[in-house]
Amino acid sequence: MAQAAAVAKPPTPPRRRRASATPRRLPYLLIAPAALLMLGFIAYPVLSVFYYSLQDYNPTKPWRNGFAGFGNFTRIFTEDPLFWDTLVFSAKWVFVEVGLQLLFGLALALIVNQTFVGRALGRALVFSPWAVSGVLTSAIWVLLYNSQTGITRYLADMGIGDYGVSWLSDTSTVFPAVVVADLWRGVPFFAILILADLQSVSRDLYEAAEVDGASRFKQFLHITLPHLKDAIILSTLLRAVWEFNNVDLLYTLTGGGPAGETTTLPLYIANTSVDAHDFGYASALTTVAFVILLFCSMVYLRLSKFGGEK
Amino acid sequence: MITKEATAAAPAPPRTAPEPPRPAKRRRAWDEAPRWQIYLPLGIYLVFTLIPFYWILLFALRPAGSTSLVPWPMTTVHFEKVWTDRGFGTFFYNSVLVGVVTLLMTTLVALAGGYALARFDFKVKRGFMLALLCSQFVPGALLLVPLFEIFAGLQMINSLISVIIAETVFQLPLSMILISNFIKNVPYSLEEAAWVDGCNRFRAFRVVVLPLLRPGLIAVGSFAFVHSWNHFLFALMFLNNQEKQTIPVGLNTLMSADSVDLGALAAGGIIAAVPVVIVFAFIQKWLITGFSAGAVKG
Repeated sequence: MAQAAAVAKPPTPPRRRRASATPRRLPYLLIAPAALLMLGFIAYPVLSVFYYSLQDYNPTKPWRNGFAGFGNFTRIFTEDPLFWDTLVFSAKWVFVEVGLQLLFGLALALIVNQTFVGRALGRALVFSPWAVSGVLTSAIWVLLYNSQTGITRYLADMGIGDYGVSWLSDTSTVFPAVVVADLWRGVPFFAILILADLQSVSRDLYEAAEVDGASRFKQFLHITLPHLKDAIILSTLLRAVWEFNNVDLLYTLTGGGPAGETTTLPLYIANTSVDAHDFGYASALTTVAFVILLFCSMVYLRLSKFGGEK
Repeated sequence: MITKEATAAAPAPPRTAPEPPRPAKRRRAWDEAPRWQIYLPLGIYLVFTLIPFYWILLFALRPAGSTSLVPWPMTTVHFEKVWTDRGFGTFFYNSVLVGVVTLLMTTLVALAGGYALARFDFKVKRGFMLALLCSQFVPGALLLVPLFEIFAGLQMINSLISVIIAETVFQLPLSMILISNFIKNVPYSLEEAAWVDGCNRFRAFRVVVLPLLRPGLIAVGSFAFVHSWNHFLFALMFLNNQEKQTIPVGLNTLMSADSVDLGALAAGGIIAAVPVVIVFAFIQKWLITGFSAGAVKG
């Protein structure tokens, strides 16, 4: 890109005349639709969340509505054990999911990047769950995990485990059960992005390393991994934010249960606003979640030295 | 014209000249992994990937109450029930409508904005880019209540338009960033050459740039379609009317029933999966090239 710009520089004089012939307003006109949509349906709702976070606002209890100052926030940090529970579970959920998805996704991408018979079919099959929604994933794993005709029945037929076990309703098995379900759909995301980035590693580097007698593992460590670094940082960050925010799967698979065991902070917020109609408090929780997310992202980008050379 | 010829001519000789010795050399390099190191882990992973798909097929095709592990005798009774009695026919139509309109709106708006970001320097550009990035941290699920109030104010509750707008808006930032990167990878000199030849800016873009963006646009568009097809919370919140609901909401209704009808759930799941899997099979090749296009050309 830098090269293209440099190449484009010399013929500036003729280009200037052209460029000035296009109206100054053109770039603004071009971003206007996107800007307006985002102002109306992202910026405005965000601001109203900040506003409501300072209010007592509950449509079912209008007599208590009014300015609350920082009351909602002190309630979060001092009186609400659920906030801390769900925050800790969110951290655990994001950390485990993103870590395992990256690990398996990287391995898969390296494998299907090789040349072998049946590669196209292998790729298509391996990537296929990527397109499956959270709700459909839930539906599939509800079928797999159900106590009567699920996978446990057939395992029990083979002498493994007991009949009538439901992994989703037992507090000791529910976490691994939902982790596996989400992995099933999440791994292809990393595999696709990493595979795309692998296409741009120069062959010559490997050939040079080969000449120098570097083992395949060393080639991976010193050529592949540094090349993938930025892609990995960006995709883990995007995915972490996404895993934190996305409630489709947990909402439909466990509903946050059993006994609140799988309630993430956003799920708690959704329940507070949708079920309890406590919009003021939910808005304060949302604000806190937003700040935590932004802070963690900044720290992550700083620590990982994203885009090193800039 | 000069630049065009130069770029076309320059990379050609090195590409053709060393071709003959390459294959032999290449095989010795990174590709050399023993076959079992490919097929064994891939096989294990495929089992993990495919069993859930098989499971849902099994439940959709075998009669209710059967515990056989092969879907035989086969029945379509679950599909008939779900399509007509449980309204999946209507849901399917609604989902297609939402998906296609979201795809078109997202691609068009992101293309315009992406072009501005890639080709112009203007006052608010940095601020706008920052806003795009920040919006990635805004959880749509947490804005449900204010969004509901906005759509209620616009009288759009129970109308598919509300869902389409919400889906489009949350697809936009990433789509625009991706598209502007794709456009940056098309040399500006190509467009300038077209201007010299007498095209105006729009025509130059349409004739020269747009064809080169195809893989990227397919990737972005299919993302938008698949996301809106799959997304659940907006439809759940904004559409209360049974007639207006989308497939994910229908699936959730089936799942949250007191006694879940597993056969109907499986059949509904397959109806939900088919379009996305077909789209995915078609675009898979472009998906990889679309994402890596930048790096290859840069």
